[in-house]
Amino acid sequence: MTLPTSTPASRHSRIFGLRPVARKEFTHILRDPTTLFFALLIPIIQLFLFGYAVDTNVRQVPTVIFDESHTQESRSLIQAFAASDIFKVTTYVESAPAMYATMRSGRARVAIRIPTDYARNLQQGTTASVLVLVDGSDSSVAGIAVDASTGVALEQSLARIPGLTAQPIEVRPSVLYNPATRSANFFIPGLIAVLLQTMTILLIALSLVRERERGTLEQLTMTPIAPLGLMLGKMIPYGALAFGELCLILTIMRVIFQVPIHGSVFVLLLLSLPFLLTVLGLGLIISTRAHTQAEAFQLSMGTILPSVFLSGYIFQISTMPGFFRAISAVIPARYYIEIIRGIVLRGSSFTDLWRNALILTLMGTAAILLAARAFVKQSTV
Amino acid sequence: MSGTDAVIDARHLTIRFGAVTAVDDVSFHLDRGELFGFLGPNGSGKTTIIRALCGLIPLTSGDATILGMDVRQHAPDIKQHVGYMSQKFGLYEDLTVQENLNFYAAAYGLSTAAARARIAELLDLTSLHPYFTRRVSQLSGGWKQRLALACAIIHSPEVVFLDEPTAGIDPVARRSLWDLFFQLAGQGVTFFVTTHYMDEAERCGRLGYIYMSKLIALGSVADLQQLPDANPPNTSRLEVESPQVSVLLAQLRQFPGVREATIFGRSIHALVETPAIDNLRAAFPQLTLRTIQPSLEDIFVTLTLHIMGEQK
Repeated sequence: MTLPTSTPASRHSRIFGLRPVARKEFTHILRDPTTLFFALLIPIIQLFLFGYAVDTNVRQVPTVIFDESHTQESRSLIQAFAASDIFKVTTYVESAPAMYATMRSGRARVAIRIPTDYARNLQQGTTASVLVLVDGSDSSVAGIAVDASTGVALEQSLARIPGLTAQPIEVRPSVLYNPATRSANFFIPGLIAVLLQTMTILLIALSLVRERERGTLEQLTMTPIAPLGLMLGKMIPYGALAFGELCLILTIMRVIFQVPIHGSVFVLLLLSLPFLLTVLGLGLIISTRAHTQAEAFQLSMGTILPSVFLSGYIFQISTMPGFFRAISAVIPARYYIEIIRGIVLRGSSFTDLWRNALILTLMGTAAILLAARAFVKQSTV
Repeated sequence: MSGTDAVIDARHLTIRFGAVTAVDDVSFHLDRGELFGFLGPNGSGKTTIIRALCGLIPLTSGDATILGMDVRQHAPDIKQHVGYMSQKFGLYEDLTVQENLNFYAAAYGLSTAAARARIAELLDLTSLHPYFTRRVSQLSGGWKQRLALACAIIHSPEVVFLDEPTAGIDPVARRSLWDLFFQLAGQGVTFFVTTHYMDEAERCGRLGYIYMSKLIALGSVADLQQLPDANPPNTSRLEVESPQVSVLLAQLRQFPGVREATIFGRSIHALVETPAIDNLRAAFPQLTLRTIQPSLEDIFVTLTLHIMGEQK
């Protein structure tokens, strides 16, 4: 950072004022327990709300059966569907219009229609077809239901090959790192990144803009407190608060959502520091742009959507169009989500993730210097 | 920095923000222990001058020194010798009086021992003792103002800038705050005060009046009363008493030769062209007309109207 030219070395260092500002901010935080309470509580409430909501595992899809065949064979097919965890037979109907009505009303998401000639075709060795209707209005349910029904049919077909006691080929996919493919294990670590980011940016941005609104910032510019000292002095208390919240949220993830942490908790906490640095820096940049608390609030909220959609939290980065992939490269949450998922799900070590930590540290340092410079420029107009 | 040097010396100070000239060729100097009043409409450049003198805004041209230090080169040192207090207080309402004082003491780099001694001194000066552990939000406006002053001078500055320090404060609190200013000025502290209150302006040893970014008057109250522009040639300032001032005001403003007329309580101050005085006496025989010295407000209004007239 270069300060205006020809300024002789002042008696004070570039970070002068860090200690008094940090002490004052701690007092502000402790003096206002209601704000503190809500600042800590709201991310936890959101964790519970979204943690349960984002369960994308498809199980027990309500299914309606229209069996026109009424034979041994048709019953065995229905049995096979019901045996899979995906389908749950909820309704039997006796007419096509009734079947469509059930689907339209949403009482069933899958309909299976077994035609009258099903058993006869099977016995004659010709292809017996079964109609499986899937409600496409929920894309994740639809995809899985289609796959599962194909699987059921294949199994049934193979079973009918005479003399075949064992299936010729059996694929046994085995999922590493999240064996139960529980979506909670996948989504909650990402959710933690987003919640932590929102809380931290908002707290620090509001704290600085509040000073601007109340006129104390004007007074501070008249003191020898250095801009960088002011920024760092604000970051320490809010960084500590965010770190405490992180520990709290991780505990809830482990104990209540039963998400196991496969890697080292210490490394996770250590590598969380660069992320906190970056989001604190982002909050400071926002506070130099916003003139009122309402403006700061809006700008802080504006950081949420990119962090949700372009960070790999929901959509895979590798399948994004090149333009969005490029944007995701500058989104801090992306690097932290890789860190937290790596450690929680895969048990990644420091050596696997230090690059992400380095990128975040660089981003954070740049953000803080940028904010300090913008602050100097502002106070001279 | 010898004691006889000017504490503040501004020479041809000019500050431009892009195409806008906020301060236009302003020169003045302040001596040690002086209480200098700076007046002018909102947006005329008062706060800009203060910020420039504290080294926060670069000068476009001209020079300024504070205590012999050039504001261009010594901004960080100047902050250590200058106090600043604005109408916004600059206090943390959720902190106590003690915490505010401690914070500003540390912000100016005072050691713990020095801070303790200085705070004790300031509590005596401002009589804030009983409120020491009270939160600022619980204090009345007058006490907040005293605390703001204490915070502004915690580092024992030689120069104090007060930017409309008493806006919105009741008259009793205002007067006691001014008593504090005089007490400190007596100890050699130099004050640069901006205000809109004429009674406060009259307390200042010397005054400057800035209008449209230009310093148009500078001097003591007596100096200003003698200014040619404040007493246009061939005019007299008259006081007219009347039981019905508002009716009379309308009549006077219509009267040929009356340049200004305004109500002061139960009388009217009017600036009248000398030849018209006899016509006035003839038209209102029941009224007594008295020649008076212009008040500060009269002077500033006349000066402002004069400049507006020149611009047309």
